[in-house]
Amino acid sequence: MATDVMNMIEESQKRDDIPAFTAGDTVNVHVRVVEGDKERIQQYQGVVLGFKGSGARRTFTVRKVSNNVGVERIFPIFSPKIAKIERVREGSVRRAKLYYLRDRRGKAARIKERQR
Amino acid sequence: MSKGILGKKLGMTSWFTPQGDHVACTVIEVTPNVVTQLRTEETDGYTAVQLASQDKKDKKTSSAMKGHFKAAGTAPKRFVKEFPVGDSDVSVGDEVRVSDVFAEGETVDVTGTSKGKGFQGVVKRHGFAGVGDATHGQHNRQRAPGSIGASSWPSRVFKGMRMAGRTGGDRVTMKNLQIVRILEDQNAVLVHGAVPGAKNSLVEIKKKK
Repeated sequence: MATDVMNMIEESQKRDDIPAFTAGDTVNVHVRVVEGDKERIQQYQGVVLGFKGSGARRTFTVRKVSNNVGVERIFPIFSPKIAKIERVREGSVRRAKLYYLRDRRGKAARIKERQR
Repeated sequence: MSKGILGKKLGMTSWFTPQGDHVACTVIEVTPNVVTQLRTEETDGYTAVQLASQDKKDKKTSSAMKGHFKAAGTAPKRFVKEFPVGDSDVSVGDEVRVSDVFAEGETVDVTGTSKGKGFQGVVKRHGFAGVGDATHGQHNRQRAPGSIGASSWPSRVFKGMRMAGRTGGDRVTMKNLQIVRILEDQNAVLVHGAVPGAKNSLVEIKKKK
């Protein structure tokens, strides 16, 4: 009974409009940004380093290199602040967490495209 | 109506607010409480509403309490507590739900019994920092309490000196927690932040003092 309520609360927060993507993919995240009383969409594109957590609390990390500075953003996957997620490119990688990309720059940080 | 209600802590999770913020929440199950007695100025010298919650077996109930619950026309309950009287009227036998007492967005105080930790040292129990360094020849002093007082005067240890001992299992009140959401169908409340006690333990949700 108790776990039912907990599960129901978690399940009720999940969204079904989030596409499937995995670590190594390049995604474009459309984030809702509120400025004063106006809302606009900000796009953030980068490589998915991995996922963390489970259920409604699952998050994913997106890394991009902007002006030669590495930037990582962590998004709750079911956050209402995410307007849309586009899967731009499928990567072919051999592990679930791509933290090794942090130590690489330029050509070394490339990810092979997955061949279907 | 009463100024508080009894519930059961179910555990913690997170919740997305309409603004999109992700907040940590405690889920408290509040099955409808039953009013078992009303304390009045004439008979008791003070006013209060007595609430009972969580069913228990008949054979686990004393005869005296059986009579008490029968008078209120309800099944025996595990917990009986008194709360101050609120605005609207109640009578014995009434069911009190969360939404009768609280609204979403309201600030409340939540009381429970904290998890027992057993016999603990001063670092965990009172937040002491321990003594000195880990290296430079130091030996077994890292979590020690240090000095507990002077010598020939006062020749004793002052009362109330913070030392090691039984920790946890105390009645603790968390003040100013916001009610994030009330789930009527599930009889559950989501409260922002942590609440004292283990899962399935009794908690009292009260109007902010």
